[in-house]
Amino acid sequence: MATFQPARNIVSLKETSSEAITTPRQLAIKRYRKNRLAVAGLVVVLFFLGVALLADFISPFDYRYQASDGTIDAPPGHVDVKTGRVNTLGTDDLGRDILTRLIYGTRVSLMVGVVANLVVVAIGVPLGLIAGFFGGVVDNLIMRFTDIMYAFPDLLLVIIITATFGRSLWVVFIALGVASWVTMARLVRGQVLQTKQMDYVLGARSIGARSMRLMAQHIFPNILGPIMVLVTLGIPAAIIAEATLTFLGLGVEPSTPTWGTMVDAARPGIFSRPGEVLIPALAIAALSLAFTFVGDGVRDGFDPRTK
Amino acid sequence: MLSYILRRIIWLIPVFIAVSLITFTLMHLTPGGPWDTLNAKTVSPAIRENIKKKYNLDKPLPQQYIEYMAAAVRGDLGPAFSSNKSVSQIITEGFPLTAALGLAALGIAIFIGIPLGVLAALRHNSIIDQTSMFIVTLGISVPSFVLSLTMIVLFSVAFRILPYQYQRDSWQSWLMPAAILALGPTALLLRLTRAATLEVLNEDYIRTARAKGLPTFVVNSRHVLRNALIPVITLLGPLTASLITGSFVVESIFGVPGIGRTFITSVTKRDYSLLMGTTLFYTLIIVAFNLLVDLTYSFIDPRITRV
Repeated sequence: MATFQPARNIVSLKETSSEAITTPRQLAIKRYRKNRLAVAGLVVVLFFLGVALLADFISPFDYRYQASDGTIDAPPGHVDVKTGRVNTLGTDDLGRDILTRLIYGTRVSLMVGVVANLVVVAIGVPLGLIAGFFGGVVDNLIMRFTDIMYAFPDLLLVIIITATFGRSLWVVFIALGVASWVTMARLVRGQVLQTKQMDYVLGARSIGARSMRLMAQHIFPNILGPIMVLVTLGIPAAIIAEATLTFLGLGVEPSTPTWGTMVDAARPGIFSRPGEVLIPALAIAALSLAFTFVGDGVRDGFDPRTK
Repeated sequence: MLSYILRRIIWLIPVFIAVSLITFTLMHLTPGGPWDTLNAKTVSPAIRENIKKKYNLDKPLPQQYIEYMAAAVRGDLGPAFSSNKSVSQIITEGFPLTAALGLAALGIAIFIGIPLGVLAALRHNSIIDQTSMFIVTLGISVPSFVLSLTMIVLFSVAFRILPYQYQRDSWQSWLMPAAILALGPTALLLRLTRAATLEVLNEDYIRTARAKGLPTFVVNSRHVLRNALIPVITLLGPLTASLITGSFVVESIFGVPGIGRTFITSVTKRDYSLLMGTTLFYTLIIVAFNLLVDLTYSFIDPRITRV
């Protein structure tokens, strides 16, 4: 006769039951913390956020300040004659401190990630909700419209909008959002189509809840997970798009301190001073990598199946 | 099936009208015209009027649009403003080069991305898997201009082994642009192949195939691969479309005279007819490949039937 071994089963039962008590949000946070790259990504993002917020206090120079003695392209460690401060990373082709402009560039990259995605949410979520919820003619109209926007080359749309409304920061941010809401609208519509079949929606409907209330109170909170995932993955995409446009000379104006303009300005000197190109370029890569890791962590947190 | 194809093709007409109308309107809303750079002193108003007349810019905008579209349907995209060639000529000259570079990149992406994706899934959580996922993150979150400039610094500045400018008859000058163009698509293919393979591996029919004693190789090649590649083929359509229409960034950095670069110059020079022509051409390629994929999709996977 085999000996009876209940102990192991009891322990595992205990574990599962204690896990069942935790809320989905706690579970998501727990899964996020298990992903080491996601935690590291979050640390890097927080670091850049700190730099952006404290830019006025930690920058050695004003970002417009040009070396008073007319020195341009100074090597790292150059001492400014007038202020006596050190250009830790040297100066650019107009005699401006590279470290300072790098610090201020952090602001632009973080802002574009947030603002462009706010625009994506503001356009994509309502359209997707309405299309999925009402169906029929409304759905058809909205989805045909997104089809047209999908066929329209993204970059072209951004370029045309910035050429029309000027190349200020806000125009670029909003243009990037306008160019990329289609994916969000499609995702939300698909999620709504599934969610509106749920019994709790039927229940709310049968006690007389109106469409607006059904959408806002019952459907929207339940599709928040996938929306969050798409937003966190959209942030690095927006950062890259802004930097690329600016680098091509089609984004924000060259006087604005952004990483894209810095790379563009330093490019002619790539053979003599490659560092001047690489430093802002690697900053872009680092920030977008960090956000991608955060996005992966959020996705694992909300939807462990995709792992 | 036939009626489905027909419906899809007829649906393209409003898409083209919408895309062209949006581009046309935005283009003319954009401040600045194609002849602004002409010297006001040497060019009399009469000459300006003649130039406008020659390029059909003296008529009311709706008439201009209708006349342009009527000609475009017959394949005549008009003369380019910024050169002596016609728009069709510029596209037919630039496109083969862009497409060749794109196809080279696609080849690299397919030969690395798909096998590595399958391997990563078969050896789930192994070193190969982790390395592949790292490549994926890198490919998605490092912008191509950052990668291009980093590679130029490495291979052209530091080691001096590869040219940094495209030359027609030097195959070495193709290496960097093709490799950079390939990175993003490789990452996408790898990630999708891996995910699809992992999903198929969990299917009951795989367990059945193994249970009846089929050799692993047969199971993997005949059962796993065939099913896992279905979603991959769907991705290949838009991927090919985006690759053969070229990259604005890579073409500008490496000086490839393809249509990606043409597009950028057409925007900055306000070359209306060239901008319209390239946009319509892009749209045509994107929608054609999407259609092609949808059609092949229903052929490979009989479960998907479209009436």
